[in-house]
Amino acid sequence: MRAVAANGGTGRDTGHDGVRGSLRAFVSGRRRHAPWLLASVSIVIALVLLSPLGLIVAQAAQAGWGQLWSVIDRPFVATLLWNTVRLALVVTLLAAVVGTGAAWLTERTVLFGRRVWAVLLIVPFVVPDFVLAWTWSSVFPAVHGYWGAVLVMTLHLYPLVYLPMAAAFRAADPGQEEAARGLGLSRWAAWLRISVRQARSTLLGGCLLVCLALLAYYGGFEDLRYQTFTTAIFGELQTQFAPAVASSLSLVLVALSVIVLGGEAVFRERGRLQRSGPMAQRAQTPISLGRLGVPALVAVATLVGFALGFPVAVVLYWMVAGGSSALPAAVSLGAAAGYTALYSALGALVATALALPIAMLATRHPRRWSAALERSTFIVQAIPGVVIGLALVYVASRSLGFLYQSPELLVAAYVLMFFPLGLVAVSSSVARASPRLEEIARSLGKGPWSVRVSVTLPLLAPGLLAAYCFVFLSAVTELTATLLLVPTGVQTLATQFWAYAEQGVSFGAAAPYAATMMVMSVIPVYLLGRWFDRRFLAQPGERSVLEVLT
Amino acid sequence: MSRIACKGIWKSFGNTRVLEGLDLEVPDGAVVTVLGASGSGKTTLLRLIAGFERPDSGTILIDDEVVDSARHFVAPERRRIGYVAQEGDLFPHLTVARNIGFGLARRERTSGRIEELLELVGLKGLGGRYPHELSGGQQQRVALARALAPHPRVVLLDEPFSSLDASLRASLRFDVMRILREQRATTVFVTHDQAEALSVADLVGIMSGGRIRQFAPPEELYSRPIDPTVAQFLGEANLLRGRAARGAVETALGTLPLGDGNRSSLVGPVLVLVRPEQISIQRSGRVPVGPGAGEGATGRVIHREYYGHDCVVLVSLDGAEPAVRVRCPGQAPVEVGDAVALQVTGAVVAWPAEPSGDPLRR
Repeated sequence: MRAVAANGGTGRDTGHDGVRGSLRAFVSGRRRHAPWLLASVSIVIALVLLSPLGLIVAQAAQAGWGQLWSVIDRPFVATLLWNTVRLALVVTLLAAVVGTGAAWLTERTVLFGRRVWAVLLIVPFVVPDFVLAWTWSSVFPAVHGYWGAVLVMTLHLYPLVYLPMAAAFRAADPGQEEAARGLGLSRWAAWLRISVRQARSTLLGGCLLVCLALLAYYGGFEDLRYQTFTTAIFGELQTQFAPAVASSLSLVLVALSVIVLGGEAVFRERGRLQRSGPMAQRAQTPISLGRLGVPALVAVATLVGFALGFPVAVVLYWMVAGGSSALPAAVSLGAAAGYTALYSALGALVATALALPIAMLATRHPRRWSAALERSTFIVQAIPGVVIGLALVYVASRSLGFLYQSPELLVAAYVLMFFPLGLVAVSSSVARASPRLEEIARSLGKGPWSVRVSVTLPLLAPGLLAAYCFVFLSAVTELTATLLLVPTGVQTLATQFWAYAEQGVSFGAAAPYAATMMVMSVIPVYLLGRWFDRRFLAQPGERSVLEVLT
Repeated sequence: MSRIACKGIWKSFGNTRVLEGLDLEVPDGAVVTVLGASGSGKTTLLRLIAGFERPDSGTILIDDEVVDSARHFVAPERRRIGYVAQEGDLFPHLTVARNIGFGLARRERTSGRIEELLELVGLKGLGGRYPHELSGGQQQRVALARALAPHPRVVLLDEPFSSLDASLRASLRFDVMRILREQRATTVFVTHDQAEALSVADLVGIMSGGRIRQFAPPEELYSRPIDPTVAQFLGEANLLRGRAARGAVETALGTLPLGDGNRSSLVGPVLVLVRPEQISIQRSGRVPVGPGAGEGATGRVIHREYYGHDCVVLVSLDGAEPAVRVRCPGQAPVEVGDAVALQVTGAVVAWPAEPSGDPLRR
């Protein structure tokens, strides 16, 4: 008898070590089990993520429910609600149309230079909302209020729809549209009823992100002098210094976000998209645009020009025209860039690391409770940055005073805010790292840890990298929570830009910070684009991180 | 000596019972196929032998060493088993050569073993490719090479050809089995394809109801199935009602001699198996009388299927029995609508007819 009881797990369970496994096999026989270590770690993570919500409720409750209601039940709040809802509806709709249309043009037609446009159409997302709003309103004072917000936010947010839709169109099986046309549908009808219909959950997912971003943004609306819940909360906090009122307003904001999240869950597609058969997919034949070729080109060029060319040009203009006297010392720019990179990188690292156990649990041990656990962490997505910032300020000022205005608290805010982004990326790659591959590796004589290092980790690497980029990018351009939590004596690129731009006279001083932010975001955006390609192209060969990078 | 022994294996997933007291003994060096419908627990059986899952009860031994029992469990990596899955399951992040070398110790990887295996499976020179750059058949060859590389004690094949198209499948099967025979690898091969199961195996196990119903060489399994279900599982079967007495059985196809197995014991109502190729067919009026042939029956041709090397004719008998399938070599000597005479050659197999379990009533 040799080598008995090295591991008591079933092939699917990976979250335990050999000694405990053998003990369990010995004591309790062969019952299948969910890995308690993985489960308890995941539960703790989920609880921590959801804690800001509890804190906000506690803070509002402290003020008393009666007072809470008296704050909410005002014409002012009704105005805020109307402002927020009408903006969210119109911008989401416009972003869906613009994003889907652009995706169709670049992926399915012979649009001139479509490969270049495909890249350029993603890039506007690296221009932070508050920078875009600032460039537009500083050059065209008429761009403000409701229509200004509609314009700027659509230009800023359509990539959230464009990116997944383009990937979905690229991965769509032309055979299905051909089958539909064989059944008598026109090309247009076949596209609508097959490709767009199948991409419905992708489109909804994009719209959800647009909607939630709108609810959470602050800086852009401040620039455009358009009042939403977020600007009101900030106003209460900074000018009136009324944290209880701010918390009450936050609760309404969170409620709105939860409604959006719930709405998406209701409409989400239950079925899964699958290509039939293991055979390779044929390439799609791009559609000729005919006489519409030139108008389409003009439309795409205008979109990219407005969303990317214009703000970049304005920033460059101010950098030159602002004069050397207005330029900040290279030292303070460097320091701000360094702090931004440091905090964002730490936040990305921690968020990715925390996403892994939850993704593993939900994918590898699909039970009702593990799915619920995974879903629950998405609620964080619905908590705007200002609310998370507020919650953390509350904690620090009440009980953990030493954390107040510490870097740790800011990093924690980034982790809390952007965890769902990381989870999405990690989950999809965990789903691809099939446990069957691990089993095969075991049968070839490798122990559980060796398998994790040589098989699981390389398969997860692209997803982990994507998660890291996602969070890093978001943290670099984050303004709202950063303003609340930035450590004393420190400025990040976003807060320093804001400080200059808000004064309204130092455009030349603000511009270099905006430029640096954009440059720092370009690389993660490029990597993300590559990752979406891989995720939706469903190639059997997912390669290592190095190949993602090249 | 048996390489693998499974004794009284029970396994459920939730409320679904998959294996119910399964026993299986695989002799050293044999190629064993396990044939069963999809969902009959074939894959589960392989996964238990490989150690990817644990049974609820029962014992598994490899080379007389207990690898799974209530008290002992040997981890998959210590079992020295080669596993080839349906889709190949190659590591997508590794090249072909590194896939094959995965189970080898570092110094073995440079010893020429990988090249040797690439040549064995006919993929010389493709070691630098990635799995997605290979065809489905090539991927399965790599999966086999990877499984064979560390000299496993047993090779387990889980429907390794089922995702390939028919022509590729036959040629790959031929190659793979030749390689496994050359390597004298003890092999357990599960499949739902009866032709595949019969053609490659030394021993075939018929799996149904969570057990092995019959375990025998393919010829025996085909000619002497233990019950009507097994008979229908393997090849085409005409099941006729009959009445047995004195070593023969009276059926709508005449009085037929019973085989050695149940000549003396069987009396009374029975269910008779007549294989389509046991029946010869003639246009009416020219009934040949050969040695050992019964007196025959008459009927009318209602359908004909042509396969090239042979054909199958469906004949409605003049009695009340269901139509009978007849296989004749080459072109059919009859047309649809012809009145024909049928003649059975050779002995037949029969089982006592059970009033409840009569498959003809289903």
